[in-house]
Amino acid sequence: MKTIDLRFTINGAKERVSIPPHRTLLELLRDDLQLIGTKEGCGHGECGACTVMLDGVTVNSCLVLAAEIDGRSVTTIEGLRSGDKLHPVQQAFIDESGYQCGFCTSGVILSTKALLDANPHPSDDEIRQALAGNFCRCTGYTKIFESVQAAAKGLEGDR
Amino acid sequence: MGVEGIGASVVRKEDKRFITGKGHYTDDIRLHGMTYAHFVRSPHAHARVAGIDASAALKMPGVVAVLTGRQLVDDKIGNLICGWMIHSKDGSPMHMGAWPAMAPDTVRFVGQAVAVVIAETRNQARDAAEAVAVDYKELPAVSTIKAALAPGAPQLHPEAPGNIVYDWSIGDKAATDAAFAGAAHVVALELTNNRLIPNAMEPRSAIADYDAAEDHYTLHTTSQNPHVARLVLSAFYNIAPEHKLRVIAPDVGGGFGSKIYVYPEEMVALWAARKVQRPVKWTADRTESFLTDAHGRDHVSKAEMAFDANHRMLGLRVATLANFGAYMSLFSSAVPTYLYATLLSGQYVIPTIYAEVKGVYTNTTPVDAYRGAGRPEANYLLERLVETAARTLKVDPAELRRKNFITTFPYQTPVIMTYDTGDYHASLDAALKAIDYAGFPARKAAARKRGVLRGLGLSCYIEACGIAPSKAVGSLGAGVGLWESAEIRVNPVGTIEVLTGSHSHGQGHETTFAQVVAERLGIPIAQVSVVHGDTDKVQFGMGTYGSRSAAVGISAVIKAMEKMEAKARRIAAHQLEVAEDDIVIENGEFKVAGTDKKLAFASIALAAYTAHNLPEGMEPGLKETAFYDPSNFTFPAGAYAAEVEVDPATGRTTFVNFVAADDFGRLINPMIVEGQVHGGLAQGIGQALMEGAVYDGEGQLVTASYMDYTMPRAADLPSFDLRHTTTICPSNPAGVKGCGEAGAIGASAATVNAITDAIGNNRLEMPATPDRVWAAIHGNG
Repeated sequence: MKTIDLRFTINGAKERVSIPPHRTLLELLRDDLQLIGTKEGCGHGECGACTVMLDGVTVNSCLVLAAEIDGRSVTTIEGLRSGDKLHPVQQAFIDESGYQCGFCTSGVILSTKALLDANPHPSDDEIRQALAGNFCRCTGYTKIFESVQAAAKGLEGDR
Repeated sequence: MGVEGIGASVVRKEDKRFITGKGHYTDDIRLHGMTYAHFVRSPHAHARVAGIDASAALKMPGVVAVLTGRQLVDDKIGNLICGWMIHSKDGSPMHMGAWPAMAPDTVRFVGQAVAVVIAETRNQARDAAEAVAVDYKELPAVSTIKAALAPGAPQLHPEAPGNIVYDWSIGDKAATDAAFAGAAHVVALELTNNRLIPNAMEPRSAIADYDAAEDHYTLHTTSQNPHVARLVLSAFYNIAPEHKLRVIAPDVGGGFGSKIYVYPEEMVALWAARKVQRPVKWTADRTESFLTDAHGRDHVSKAEMAFDANHRMLGLRVATLANFGAYMSLFSSAVPTYLYATLLSGQYVIPTIYAEVKGVYTNTTPVDAYRGAGRPEANYLLERLVETAARTLKVDPAELRRKNFITTFPYQTPVIMTYDTGDYHASLDAALKAIDYAGFPARKAAARKRGVLRGLGLSCYIEACGIAPSKAVGSLGAGVGLWESAEIRVNPVGTIEVLTGSHSHGQGHETTFAQVVAERLGIPIAQVSVVHGDTDKVQFGMGTYGSRSAAVGISAVIKAMEKMEAKARRIAAHQLEVAEDDIVIENGEFKVAGTDKKLAFASIALAAYTAHNLPEGMEPGLKETAFYDPSNFTFPAGAYAAEVEVDPATGRTTFVNFVAADDFGRLINPMIVEGQVHGGLAQGIGQALMEGAVYDGEGQLVTASYMDYTMPRAADLPSFDLRHTTTICPSNPAGVKGCGEAGAIGASAATVNAITDAIGNNRLEMPATPDRVWAAIHGNG
């Protein structure tokens, strides 16, 4: 089978792969790189469970062809912590119980990180809009909003 | 309470793996040599399968096998079962057609499997499934209850004439008719309870592995009750005997009922793994989830309530038609009967109740328990009827409820249940205070000046949880007992493993169960780990559904702890040379009351395992098991108050406030309870405002993707104001009632009552989408 060669940065590390051209970014992450923290909830770009950051911007990795990441930088849930220290967004979601079953959580965390990177002091409405692409069926979102607010405070303390 | 014990909002022990992407869900697991399954599914709602030609598919790259429903029959694999026998009012057993895991002859809903392709990769299996040629001879289909019951309607199963599974009743018809004959007022309402699709964010998945040398199967699956799955697969489907089948439900990404059932795909994966002598993995795509996960609700009802001249309730009469879809799923038969009609008394003294329920087959996806399961349908019906009555009789809705509340306990309803405790005035008062009920007329008037319609709706719900006393459910037709088991394994160093038959798929059991154990001994929860979800580790269990894990599962843990503590106490008394009664347990130590003599729990554990100095005749070790069978259901109850604004120009509803005042008995971890309530409210509000499965007249599911099935997103929901009133549950040692379903049970009626109050028009069905609300205001008023 014909393959294509890609060079990219994944969670800060340089990576090279040779893969079939029809691979999606989600398949590349889960099947080739064993980064299984990113989940497939629908495969249609509707649920947000597969959200990752591509050059700092959130994308649904099920809708991105792996070929598109050549020369670019991808951040997944596995890339947030440094050593044993959790990222402030992760810590905030623990402290505020911002998830239950955990399946949508990686995507929610990445969307939160992208929001707070761009807008360190979001309003309630901005939080709701920023997370409108991530379905959560467990929490009813209230504790997610509280987690995002706590994360904003936590990041402030980090600066 | 200690800082980590009962009542403390401890952050969850399971959080770190979920927050770092290290949760291990079924689809994350890979086995050596694994193959992938993709099912060939019917595009027709009703058709005869005249033939299947797999020759082209078998030649495609990577294809290992194509297996059909006929081969399942040849291998004597059993049909899917319904585990709860319901008898019609004439005494006849329910009329059920067979449900084969893959249809050999006839398909009866869109998405039903007829064959499966096993291939080296998921995409190869998917491609080859497209190449399987199935010769369908289409038959006329019925997709609604009305169409299924029409004269001359197409018949689904020869066993069920008229498409009727059962015609069941509960209560005293003659007494109820007499109450209506003598009533001063009768209020009536017709309403539907819309069909919902559960949509756990993790799609169902199964990995089956067959070890030919040992003739042993392992199934990794997305299950809320792995032991029940193993029992059913062994006892009814002829897959393998229980000791040759291990079922593992690892991290499971939400269930809401939809992962209780043993589905065709798990059966076929196990069977296929033996056929191809390699592991077989299947993971649903989202459209398969929409088409094949058991749906919920789908009732059409007529309800009437009789009142005396003083507005006291005299009687309730209900006739409900319940849509079961094309086949009877595992617990489906119990949902619109014993989980529904037994709750029709609500929080009220209603001297007599009579309800009839007809279960109906249609060419749609099977319907079974979904969060709340029968109780949301009962509460929606009753609370819309009570609100309608208040408006018709021109009395304050809160006052009408108060006048009829049950206030003495235990209370025997006319529909089986005996409520053990509750304080319905307290929860209603709490809700009304939180929402400023007294100030509402002024707010409504102010909104009117802005051109906006403001409404306030109440819903005083009750549910029966902690299912259930085994003897009671057995007498009502259940095929299993509904106890729970627990095992306490104390290690020689004094750490504890709690093995439970409950299963956590988001509920946080690894934390709450540990809190209960830690509290009893006064040790940190870090010294306690909770083991669940594996039939090789936990001996048996009935699993998690019906808000039963705390009331039944934790009660089993307490019972096992009591046994373990009794033995530890004997060891301590022996070594300290005192009487057992003199020992108190505190801060991880067994102390002699009034002295400084004590033994650390860890040293007692070590003594139990070294066995150098134990009381005469005592066995070594420190491990105890308990099976807890509840003495009654539990009865969580509460009052919900929704305040909304409706824009008359667009029909759009916006929440101003949503108050939930719940009585769950003792709270073990308030933070987790809040999360459970929030999630339930979101699903109840989703049902009220936006969710609904839509079939066209030919049985095609129109809402088979997130583009078409509207689920609440972050921007759609209000923040919730939660209050708690507490009556400790007297029926179990934990004092808990259960909190997992309340939100989904109480929220829909409060929301719709608020909208109908706003628009001054009661002709509104769920989901109350803007176009429906607009039509209610302008079109059909």
